[in-house]
Amino acid sequence: MTTQVAPAAAPGPLGDPGAAAGRRSLTNLRRARDLAGVVPFTSYVLLGLVLPMGAILIGAFRKPVSGSFTLHNLHIASHGIYLHGFATSMELSLIASVVPGILGFLIAYAIFTARRGSVLRRVAITASGVFANFGGVPLAFLFIATLGNTGLATQWLTDIGFNPYNSGFDLYGLGGVALVYMYFQIPIMVLVILPAFEGLRPAWREAAQNMGARSWQYWRYVGVPVLAPSVLGATLLLFGSAFSAYATAEALTSGTIPLTSIQIGSFLNGNVLAGQQDVGFALGLGMVVIIAVVMLVYVCLQRRAARWLR
Amino acid sequence: MTANVTKAAGPPQAPGGARHEAGVRVVISQLTRTFGSLRALDGLSLEMAPGEFVALLGPSGCGKTTALRILAGFETADSGSVTVNGADVSPVPAARRDMGMVFQSYSLFPNMSALDNVGFGLRMRRLPTAERRQRAAELLDMVGLTGHARHYPHQLSGGQQQRVALARALAIEPKVLLLDEPLSALDAKVRLQLREQIRSVQQRLGTTTLFVTHDQEEALSMADRVGVMKDGKLEQIAVPDQLYARPATAFVAEFVGTMNRIPGELSGTGQVRALDTLVPVHGERPADGTGTVDVLVRPEGLKIDAVPGGNGIVTDRAFLGSVSRISVRLSGDVTVKVDHPSAAAGQFAPGESVQISLPGVAPVLVTQRR
Amino acid sequence: MAAVTDAGPASPPARVASAPAARRRRSLPVWRWIILLGAGIYFLIPLYAALRFSGFGTFGQVFSQTGFSDALILSVKLALVTTVLTLVLMVPTTIYVHLRLPRIRPLLESITILPIVIPPVVLILGVLDVSPPSLKGTPYLLALVYVILAMPFAYRSLDAGLRSLDLKTLVDASNSLGAGWPVTLWRVILPNLRTAVLSATVLTVALVLGEFTMASLDQYQTFPVWIVNFDQTSGPVSVAASLFALFVTWIFLLAITMMGGRTARRIGGGQVDLVSVAHQETGDSR
Repeated sequence: MTTQVAPAAAPGPLGDPGAAAGRRSLTNLRRARDLAGVVPFTSYVLLGLVLPMGAILIGAFRKPVSGSFTLHNLHIASHGIYLHGFATSMELSLIASVVPGILGFLIAYAIFTARRGSVLRRVAITASGVFANFGGVPLAFLFIATLGNTGLATQWLTDIGFNPYNSGFDLYGLGGVALVYMYFQIPIMVLVILPAFEGLRPAWREAAQNMGARSWQYWRYVGVPVLAPSVLGATLLLFGSAFSAYATAEALTSGTIPLTSIQIGSFLNGNVLAGQQDVGFALGLGMVVIIAVVMLVYVCLQRRAARWLR
Repeated sequence: MTANVTKAAGPPQAPGGARHEAGVRVVISQLTRTFGSLRALDGLSLEMAPGEFVALLGPSGCGKTTALRILAGFETADSGSVTVNGADVSPVPAARRDMGMVFQSYSLFPNMSALDNVGFGLRMRRLPTAERRQRAAELLDMVGLTGHARHYPHQLSGGQQQRVALARALAIEPKVLLLDEPLSALDAKVRLQLREQIRSVQQRLGTTTLFVTHDQEEALSMADRVGVMKDGKLEQIAVPDQLYARPATAFVAEFVGTMNRIPGELSGTGQVRALDTLVPVHGERPADGTGTVDVLVRPEGLKIDAVPGGNGIVTDRAFLGSVSRISVRLSGDVTVKVDHPSAAAGQFAPGESVQISLPGVAPVLVTQRR
Repeated sequence: MAAVTDAGPASPPARVASAPAARRRRSLPVWRWIILLGAGIYFLIPLYAALRFSGFGTFGQVFSQTGFSDALILSVKLALVTTVLTLVLMVPTTIYVHLRLPRIRPLLESITILPIVIPPVVLILGVLDVSPPSLKGTPYLLALVYVILAMPFAYRSLDAGLRSLDLKTLVDASNSLGAGWPVTLWRVILPNLRTAVLSATVLTVALVLGEFTMASLDQYQTFPVWIVNFDQTSGPVSVAASLFALFVTWIFLLAITMMGGRTARRIGGGQVDLVSVAHQETGDSR
């Protein structure tokens, strides 16, 4: 295919419009050819991500069997046990993000103030990296061995005279699941927030001192405000992580507590009521929307933090 | 090494009168500080007159920053004392010393606007908000940044940030102003502008100031007196022209301005023979007793004549404005640079034979042969 | 849901610790030790409990249980396929974008954040809905989906590795010396990306070996699925198998990190970072 360049008139002071148009179409051609390089990637993403998501979107509004548009699925997904599921999931995610957030912050601060290169510091950082990697299923079983009905720690505590199960604790209930989540949430918080601490320039602290500020004043006016976006952002991340978690909860509870992710899973296992086959899609849609909102706020906070901690 | 100390001359007359009472007198005496095996300060002593602008000049590692930080209270000396108006400040924590410090870079609080940054010290001193804002605005005006009061540090250029940092340090009406290489991170043009601004503000306020830098041009152009430091000690402290014209040691001579090194022979009577001339020796002779030394002389201290069969060949001629710097290679692989008025420098083209000579009157420094 | 952090901001060289700061730090130690010790105990107890619970004898038994080797082999096969697919897809794409379409990079970055926004549980729901029965009949459907899960982490590793190179200059130099594209790719670019590729591989393998959600819902018995199912038969064996899984992943990560560290020092690439690995795990084994 040849690109026709318009016959050149005598070039005016602004150059030759015909040739310019020719150049533009050449550039477009080149750009199209360049974009061809990312075709494999985009096709894979389309097939593997966009297509399934499209299915979810359609399924959420689809009436089972007949295939017509309906809001029924959404209605069911936002009431009754499914509403309960969303609420419980949010409650769990809140606990499993705020608490590890605070604890992780304190641990990160402890690491940060340790002398550089000291054993304590290196061990703590490596340990965080390792424990952040402990996966859902193995972790669940570890905790069953620890705090299950016949777990080791349960026995220890009973020996001291305090059986946690008698005081309402249940590893297989909400509190227990939250406790297990913390095992990997805390190290993640530490690893995410440590760079933020490192971003606190010593010059700020010294400048504050120089201006007459005492330690608490430095933290109040400079330290905390500067760290706040990162801390908030990290907590949001933990929230999203806890909200979408499935494996740990499933391995622990086998579906006994109403969690949105577990409920979606049961749709795939075939435990559905007739006429409600597509409610799972609505639930999925709801989950994605919630997490998308969380991620959006996170990205904004990240940008603010990056600007300040530059 | 004898430290050539000239008495502080006192501040120059501040135009328009000093805005505050005259500055404080600072006396640093025999400061030592060791970090592990490194001797950062080795008996540093320095006196600053009220309102004086003193620059500490030296290569990195010479201890100048350590001295500044000890004065500010961020470090403590192993021994020695620091007094302000006669009172010992060592027991006073940094937050109470009432000294304003300008750091090298990125010291503005990122979460506050320029105005709030400047007003921070005032907030610590519990000034009521309205007064604080007004004073901060005045200071921003003094450094020419009124329009940027609401901007955040990341929205300001490097030069603007340092001006805000200066305003912030001055807002608290400090007894002493400390500047830790504040211009090093800026580009050349901005540096020049800021130099003038810092100097004029300081003169207006009459604050005793200590300025640390490794850039000799900066030190010489800004300060009332310049102290050259090496290995934790003061080699010489003097007014800029003295430092340039009468360097006390070879180190100072070569650190400040350009110096030529010419081989010479000591001649018993406090003289040295170089370039076939007998010249008096200024200052100490090197410890090495042998007669061979290097003679240090400035480019403008040499005489150059276009002469066939002379003692040197021109290798390069650099136009520097009213003066040109001519590089000449002498026998024995010695290269010297000679300054000559540009109008008459045309005859010294590369390859030309010239005669380099020493006008015999002015005393020169000698040092060990390298 | 994974945490994707950016590399921390470059900070000016740390000043020599000033005396007052040192005093401040020295006055904290008790406080600091209490926190870190407390954390240490919390994290180590479950490991110890698991060891006691399953008993040392059980470890030997684990390998001989029904389904163990099949499940493990399946997981390993899936890990292999996923890794190869991911690398084949992501390496050329990232290199290409860095070279030819640098302006698309932000867009690419946003796309690779997408799998993080979509929980695996939801993704598998959609995938199973649109997949033809032929695909659903093979466990390798999982491998295809795992590529999507691994994408963000692979991209981040490769992107970081590429950013530390001056890619354009290297390629121009190679071309000017007469090398064609395949040679340039193989001898110039890839060797310099060794650490990044290693990092991406580690992340992908760890992801697949630990992935439970999709595998169980797609009803294939990979290793994690086997562990959960076997709990019905024998709790201690499941616990022992869990420890085994953790230990293996762990050793694997550490070994690769150390190898990566050494290579990085020679070649000067990025570091295989346990942090990014951490974010990996939040991906979907939870």
